[in-house]
Amino acid sequence: MATNGDIDAIRAQLAGRNGDGLWKSLEELSQSPQFPAFLERDLPRLAPLWRAPVNRRDALRLIGASLALSGLAGCGRPPPERILPYVEQPERVVPGKPLFYATSLTHAGYARGALVETHMGRPTKVEGNPAHPASLGATDIFMQAAVLDLYDPDRSPAVRRHGSISTWTVFLAEVADLRARLRRVDGAGLRILTGAHSSPTLAAQLGALSAQFPEARRHVHEPGARDAPRRGARSVFGQAFDTIYRLDRARVIVSLDGDFLAGMPGCLAYARQFADLRRAARIADAGRMSRLYAAEATPTLTGAMADRRIGLPARSIGALAHALAAELGIASPAAAGTLPEAARSWLRDAARDLLANAGAAAVIPGDQQPPAVHALVQRINERLGNTGRAVLHIDTVAAPADRAGTLAELVEDMAAGQVTALVVLDCNPAYTSPLAPELARLLDRLPFSAHFGLYVDETARHCAWHVPARHELESWSDARAYDGTASLVQPLITPLYAGVDRLGFVAALAGELETGAHDILQRYWRTRRGAGGFERWWRSSLERGVIEGSAFAIRSPALRGAVEELPPSPESSAGYELQVRLDPGVWDGRYANNAWLQELPKPLTKLTWDNAAMLAPADAAALGVARGDLLLLKIGDTAVEAPAWPLPGQPRGSIAVHLGYGRTQAGGIGSGRGFDAYPLLAPDGGVPWLREGITVQATGRRMPLATTQHHHDMEGRDLVRRMTLEAFRRDPRQLEQDATAQPPAESLYPPYDYSDNRAWAMVIDLNACIGCSACVVACQAENSSPVVGKHEVLRGHEMHWLRVDRYYEGTADEPRTLFQPVPCMHCEKAPCEYVCPVGATVHDSEGLNVMVYNRCIGTRDCSQNCPYKVRRFNWLDYTYDQERRGTLAALRNPDVSVRSRGVMEKCTYCVQRISAARIDAKKEGRPIGDGEVVTACQGACPTRAIVFGDRNDPGSGVARARANPLNYTLLAELNTRPRTTYLARVRNPGSDAGGASPADGDDGATGDGDADE
Amino acid sequence: MAPRAMVTPMSEHELAPVASPRGDAVLAPGQTFATVEAQIAASVLAGSRRLWLVGIAGFFAVSLLFFYSVTYVFAVGVGVMGVNIPVAWGFPIANVVWWIGIGHAGTLISAILLLLRQKWRTSINRFAEAMTIFAAGIAGLFPIIHLGRPWFAYWIVPYPSNMGVWPQWRSPLVWDLFAIATYIIVSILFWYVGLIPDLATLRDRSTRRWQQVFYGSLCLGWRGSALHWRRHQMAYLILAGLATPLVVSVHSVIALDFAVTIVPGYHSTVFPPYFVAGALFSGFAMVITIAAPLRAWFHLERLITPRHFDNMAKVMLAAGLIVIYGYAIEYFMAWYSGDPFARYILIRRALGAYAPAFWVMLACNVLLVQTLWLRRVRRNVWLLFAVALLVNVGMWSERFVIVLSSPHRDYLPSAWDVSFGTNWDYAMLVGSIGFFFFLMFLFIRWLPAVSISEVKELVREQREAE
Repeated sequence: MATNGDIDAIRAQLAGRNGDGLWKSLEELSQSPQFPAFLERDLPRLAPLWRAPVNRRDALRLIGASLALSGLAGCGRPPPERILPYVEQPERVVPGKPLFYATSLTHAGYARGALVETHMGRPTKVEGNPAHPASLGATDIFMQAAVLDLYDPDRSPAVRRHGSISTWTVFLAEVADLRARLRRVDGAGLRILTGAHSSPTLAAQLGALSAQFPEARRHVHEPGARDAPRRGARSVFGQAFDTIYRLDRARVIVSLDGDFLAGMPGCLAYARQFADLRRAARIADAGRMSRLYAAEATPTLTGAMADRRIGLPARSIGALAHALAAELGIASPAAAGTLPEAARSWLRDAARDLLANAGAAAVIPGDQQPPAVHALVQRINERLGNTGRAVLHIDTVAAPADRAGTLAELVEDMAAGQVTALVVLDCNPAYTSPLAPELARLLDRLPFSAHFGLYVDETARHCAWHVPARHELESWSDARAYDGTASLVQPLITPLYAGVDRLGFVAALAGELETGAHDILQRYWRTRRGAGGFERWWRSSLERGVIEGSAFAIRSPALRGAVEELPPSPESSAGYELQVRLDPGVWDGRYANNAWLQELPKPLTKLTWDNAAMLAPADAAALGVARGDLLLLKIGDTAVEAPAWPLPGQPRGSIAVHLGYGRTQAGGIGSGRGFDAYPLLAPDGGVPWLREGITVQATGRRMPLATTQHHHDMEGRDLVRRMTLEAFRRDPRQLEQDATAQPPAESLYPPYDYSDNRAWAMVIDLNACIGCSACVVACQAENSSPVVGKHEVLRGHEMHWLRVDRYYEGTADEPRTLFQPVPCMHCEKAPCEYVCPVGATVHDSEGLNVMVYNRCIGTRDCSQNCPYKVRRFNWLDYTYDQERRGTLAALRNPDVSVRSRGVMEKCTYCVQRISAARIDAKKEGRPIGDGEVVTACQGACPTRAIVFGDRNDPGSGVARARANPLNYTLLAELNTRPRTTYLARVRNPGSDAGGASPADGDDGATGDGDADE
Repeated sequence: MAPRAMVTPMSEHELAPVASPRGDAVLAPGQTFATVEAQIAASVLAGSRRLWLVGIAGFFAVSLLFFYSVTYVFAVGVGVMGVNIPVAWGFPIANVVWWIGIGHAGTLISAILLLLRQKWRTSINRFAEAMTIFAAGIAGLFPIIHLGRPWFAYWIVPYPSNMGVWPQWRSPLVWDLFAIATYIIVSILFWYVGLIPDLATLRDRSTRRWQQVFYGSLCLGWRGSALHWRRHQMAYLILAGLATPLVVSVHSVIALDFAVTIVPGYHSTVFPPYFVAGALFSGFAMVITIAAPLRAWFHLERLITPRHFDNMAKVMLAAGLIVIYGYAIEYFMAWYSGDPFARYILIRRALGAYAPAFWVMLACNVLLVQTLWLRRVRRNVWLLFAVALLVNVGMWSERFVIVLSSPHRDYLPSAWDVSFGTNWDYAMLVGSIGFFFFLMFLFIRWLPAVSISEVKELVREQREAE
């Protein structure tokens, strides 16, 4: 290659000199005859500088710096552009020494606002941005795990051309050729494939690109795209809308397979609104709570929180919606006959409650349901007057698929030879599609293909070019939240690798090489906002993390047309139905290389590092399979082997699998885990999530599945206290009476005196906790807990300081699911303390049970004697590997000790945050205010289920929560007197629903007993 | 050199067989001082025996397995063993309890039976004491192997540290240190003091220079004067008096490691006496396990007679019955206390993941031991040997069941998990047994396995009774 020749010649000259005075050498170099040609070809952005004689030195400086610093990638410095710290201190967040920057993190195209803690230019921890409507101060697991992605050593470090390392400049040269060629044909043959995105600037850029190349076509491929809701909206309103909810206005919520607590954009806001009507404080004060009816095709967090839940195969949800509409007088009542009796009684009660609360209710269909169900539900909400109150319509937020083609169309065109150049932006279709094998084959034959992404993934392997993307925490960009609110993305660290900003990449495609992403972004917003006062506005938008007043307007589209008939329900079809769902941890596979998310127990199965075929325990018994037995799932010519996972609550005749596994090019963490479920998706559109007529057979082989919870029955122990709302109303003080009915337990040891000190305590509201596990990842990120891997999880060596216990009660077909986060209880009479021979776990003056890592010799007696089993032991050296991989060491929280092998550790109530607050308060000569210390789990919690503070301060939130009549102590009979207490779960199934009282809760078999025995 | 005649004053006298009241000899007939001395000393001073060489080589090889696996665990971490949360105590703890138990019989035989003037102890006390020391020593290694950071094991010792830290005295693990260390020290002293006259005998009988120097240094200038004997007997009795409470205290303290916790299945007041009985049970089983082959190999049939085995079997039976009572009372208390957690774990012990070990324990320790009611079994050395061997297996199972099964089903079902030994655990268990026998082999070749002076005393007493 000619360019290489130039570089080689220059290198040779450089090597010939004796090295002292690099600058001088470069000066001399510039005299060389090859130099202008080299500059022109390889550094086109610098060529103008060179030609302008005044700036010659600048050009040299840049070249010299890039040569000198080329080996120093990874040094964390703030980026050269001006970025601004989050100055206005949000309520409840304590910035200590670290700086917090507001930015946005996107997930499947939607932004969630974040405040990112940075230490010396290193982002280490993500908190929610209270000002952002999709965060409200909370985070989900993906936001928490974003920092791990940032430092992932497996990220692509360099531009690649046919697999070999190349440079951005060479790529630009080829793009210049390509542009010249395309310009002659108006861009015919150029295709741009993107994932879902909501960036206004990117949309404008892509629009400009389309204007340059009118014949070019755009395609959007997003495995978790919300096509069905939009198509449903279009069929009733004539135009696509996004439907969003205000659940704080909904006294009755009916979910038709709609997992609004975890599976929808805006779920953090929905969870908060939902919990606000159900938290223990409200139950105790008002004696009221909302009621949630959930019908679901596979267990979800929403079903777990439901007051009345039924499991129905996905194919029957449509019939249920139809029957509900009929009950409400919208559709013909024909379909209801096919529903089982349990569903009919659920339906009657739901309809009655909906009618009684018309206007203060919401019916929420699942994204996986077909458009007709969405259309019908729009009519139901309209009829009930919910629309405009709890149910709102806005313009679509994420990359509208209206004008863009699908992946299937792209593959068709490629096969027909109509595509000559393909640019893949932020998506991985060579994995995330049933068409992947064909696409991969076609990609190999394409004259020009370029992949832009964080990893050299499956698609990158088949593209001629791969350009490494910068992580969101390294980039300038913008994005919109579920409600349309726009926010800016600002870089918090100099790119660790030779990545390119997404905006810069698209600009390069459009032939614009001089402008950086920052300027592109500013230019776009300047045109939108106007130049007047722009700088101030920009500054405040960066500081706040939200662009004020950018939320989409609420639309009130009119219904049109008649009720559509639902597509005939294939009720009679033999065999199992197969539901393909996004994985709660690795989503569509994009987070497969994130070890935190891989090791995070999936909320309902508590499975780590794998996906599985979830089936009803009764079906598993019929097939003669148990957990881990490999099943052969066959549909048409496609066969996939998947380990069985009998899951209580999974409807009979229905099998659910999760996408995101079976990756081959995810990286060291994610490759080769689980099985790939994409081949099971319908190849040609339709309803992609549901397949009929699948055959299932046992193969007789097994594979180990690593779960963190082996037992799901409380065995009659009153661990998650629960009662119905009626029972609570009858006798609000029953838990207190239970507690006082026992004789006061004595202790050998004298009590501690905290009267003139703080006494930290935590209260966890089991009514608000939705089991989403954001707290678990937040804890891991804050406390630098190591990841141990599947093999170690199988051996019971997982290291999460906080776990979310999940219990079932009731039957295996219709279980009631209970979540209970279990951090350290910080017992007043701590069983761990008196058995430690070296005093490595001791009581502090504020009542914390603290671990002295340096003193621990690892007898593990403390763990043996901990009735809550919250202690975690460094069985092996789990941190050494991270130390060797430098980028991961940068992720560690500098305020937390790294624990060595052979040392016990556990939840500290985030003692480093307490210390920071104490230091601040002392400096200012004031007591620590209530809410000033926020533990990591508390900060992440979408529903604010966790309250932390000083028990001695009668006005504190935690003292108020402890005074709640629902407050109880876990295993109170042991007299450990924990500082962590719980607020009992109250269910509101309704008076005539045969609501269970706590007494009859322990009726037993969930069919999923001791798998380990 | 001390005059030899003083050590064996009556060596020329032939002695008639002496019958015990039940017509049952503690010593075989026809023993004289000379035959006793010759028999015992010969096993030490005579040339190598092939059997011994093969044995010690084999056990040395197994010891290497122990050292290799311990090194590996130290280098890589305790995570290679079968331990997790909730079963954070695994094989090493079961091994500690088991080995300490084995180390109990020696002291009981030496000290308590000495104080009770049970003359039959004399033929077996010496190697039983050696067994005690080796078993207790190995038991003392396992807590260190168990530690996450074994290189800091000394932090449990109260010493003036420049870090200003001190052990945490409420922890039974600290009590353990003192219990085990005291036990080992007193056992070694007791054993050594008892050895002194015999070492002098060996010194006197040895013909090679190095043996004379070796035994001569060890016997501390023993001349066998009446004053020596008087002080020796005094010291021996005092040490016996000191060792006696230790028989009870060591295992009681070990039991407190468990009883003091709140883990259902550990938290039980019956543990101290029940552990002591279990220790005697397994200790006597180990004495029989060693005595039977020792007697055959070194032809000590005339010194270790069926009477000894009969007596040891009776002690075993008595201790075994207390152990069975312990099992029963554990279940009774779980039921009677109404504690649902204790009830649950005891049911899971019998039916859960660790059930096989539980049933092995019951079969060996409850059923098999009933055969000892039969005089035929007690008198049949090899039958008794088989029973003793299985009792050792049963007692290890008991330790395993108690240590591992109790936490695996404790308070919160969400935390329940199981853990079994890995190959490293088994390597260390088997290796430690090999190391134990390696030490025993060294002992029987280098030191008199049966007390010469005490047997002679017995010979004399028999003669006088006649």
